[in-house]
Amino acid sequence: MSEEKKLLEIKNLNIHYITHEGTVKAVNDMSLELKKGETLGLVGETGAGKTTTALGVMQLIQTPPGKILSGEIIYDGEDLLKKSQTELRKIRGNKISMIFQDPMTSLNPVLTVGEQIAEVIKLHQNVDNSQATEKSEKMLETVGIPKSRSKDYPHQFSGGMKQRVVIAIALACNPKLLIADEPTTALDVTIQAQVMNLMNKLKDEFNTSMIMITHDLGIVAEVCDKVAIMYAGHVVEYTNTKNLFTNPKHPYTIGLFNSIPNIKDDEARLKPIKGLMPDPTNLPLGCPFHPRCPKAMSICSQQEPCRTEIYKDHFVNCFLYENVDNKS
Amino acid sequence: MTDQLNVNMSNEDIKKKSTKKRSQYLEVWRRLKQNKSAMVGLLIIIILILSAILAPFIAPYGIDDQDLLNTLQTPSKDHWMGTDNFGRDIFSRIVYGSIISLQVGFISVGIAMIVGGSLGAIAGYYGGKLDNLIMRMMDILLAIPSILLAISIVAALGHGLKNVMIAVGISSIPSYARIVRASVLTLKDQEFVEAARAVGTNNTRIILKHIIPNSMAPIIVQATLGVAGAILSAAGLSFIGLGIQLPTPEWGAMLSSGRQFIRDYPHMTAFPGLAIMITIFGLNLLGDGLRDALDPRLKN
Repeated sequence: MSEEKKLLEIKNLNIHYITHEGTVKAVNDMSLELKKGETLGLVGETGAGKTTTALGVMQLIQTPPGKILSGEIIYDGEDLLKKSQTELRKIRGNKISMIFQDPMTSLNPVLTVGEQIAEVIKLHQNVDNSQATEKSEKMLETVGIPKSRSKDYPHQFSGGMKQRVVIAIALACNPKLLIADEPTTALDVTIQAQVMNLMNKLKDEFNTSMIMITHDLGIVAEVCDKVAIMYAGHVVEYTNTKNLFTNPKHPYTIGLFNSIPNIKDDEARLKPIKGLMPDPTNLPLGCPFHPRCPKAMSICSQQEPCRTEIYKDHFVNCFLYENVDNKS
Repeated sequence: MTDQLNVNMSNEDIKKKSTKKRSQYLEVWRRLKQNKSAMVGLLIIIILILSAILAPFIAPYGIDDQDLLNTLQTPSKDHWMGTDNFGRDIFSRIVYGSIISLQVGFISVGIAMIVGGSLGAIAGYYGGKLDNLIMRMMDILLAIPSILLAISIVAALGHGLKNVMIAVGISSIPSYARIVRASVLTLKDQEFVEAARAVGTNNTRIILKHIIPNSMAPIIVQATLGVAGAILSAAGLSFIGLGIQLPTPEWGAMLSSGRQFIRDYPHMTAFPGLAIMITIFGLNLLGDGLRDALDPRLKN
């Protein structure tokens, strides 16, 4: 269809966690697409289903309790949901890799960092031990750690350096898609900037597409080409970064921007969005955001809004704009 | 700006490089060295191992060199620990006995560790019905007193060193299965295991390379203490006549054969008993020391 090739396309994905207490609807009817070399930001509150989406793409959702009910995840023309475990293992780490949130716990404490990078290389490339070690040292240097430290254990590194090691592991096999699950949340602000710069640099160098999961709109502005705002398992607004920052449409997105304190306004209080995320086992009827929405109408509590394209490449799930669309 | 920071960082690294690198096990060894009683235990074990290796050079007499003119001698210059009712030198027999004891101790613990450990790892990692099945079988084994279980296994398989090792090994499988399962359960949800899965590692490799090395601490402690238990069980089996048969110089069997002379010639039972006691004492001291050294909460 499109002239640029799509690397990843998620169509109508539904992921639920089925527990004794009830069914958690973690991801509902999600559709996204990612072109080669692009960076997509997934933004949302804790529990909005961002990590579940990422694990869904990796096919790493624990079953039970998790279950992918329906949908398609098309990577490079092939549906990942139809692949066998053996085929998936060849893709993980090789073509799609993932950076986890907390570098403190995502490295194995009893293996040296060199061994951990070499492990991915040995798994996916046909090399012997010495070549793998050599490559792992090269990767360490790529992320700015001298290779003399490859025989050190994770506890001998600081948080920022551990995250660099994790990035080195993720990029060791030159994947086409990198999923970064809040890669800077556990780091302090100065290190965040370093890690983000490094990721941006390597992303261009290796020509990797990226899904950046975050709740930091600053990071989105800095690195993402497109953004999907998630709320309670739904994508509520999906557009490119420029549109989102200049012209947010969905009441939730507007609320998110309003809750960033502005240094020019001399206000003593923060302006949060009122209320809490709904209980994911018991989502409200209609639009999941309507109990907190300042512009809620009667229809919002009865029907679920559909995805509406208000401008080119600017999709919003909200009745406010569906009506506008219908009238015009 | 970032580049500047990078440069600073690598300079710092170069400085760091000169400080001594320590792996986890070196760290444990450093802590173990500070524990005096553990070092006493280690010394006892080293002496025992040396005497087992060098038995032919240390022992002044052979295993069953009978000297019928000198039966039931009390300790003297020629016979350091006296002689038994056939005139055999007790010291030599105890030295040779250390070979048997070490064999029984380490091999039966090895059997228990490998079988129990892999059953526990499988049960903990895969969970569900398989876990239930394996652990209920372990519960059945645990319900039978281990010495009784060992007696019945030896009774079924017959006497001999090999069967004693198998019997003692089987009866301590459940404890390893439980320990390994417990640590696998806490480890399998760790993020680094998920990260390993995310780079395409298969289950077997995750268990062997990521989970087992992280759960070594409790296994090492249990194994050290288990060797003591195994030596004791084997001696017990030999004492009641089900284990290693005479004239093999097994400590338990020596105790048993000295039993009828205990009123008049207590040295015949005292020395093998002492040998067992000191060995167990040493292993327990080392085991306790290892447990403290491997426990991260006691780091100092």
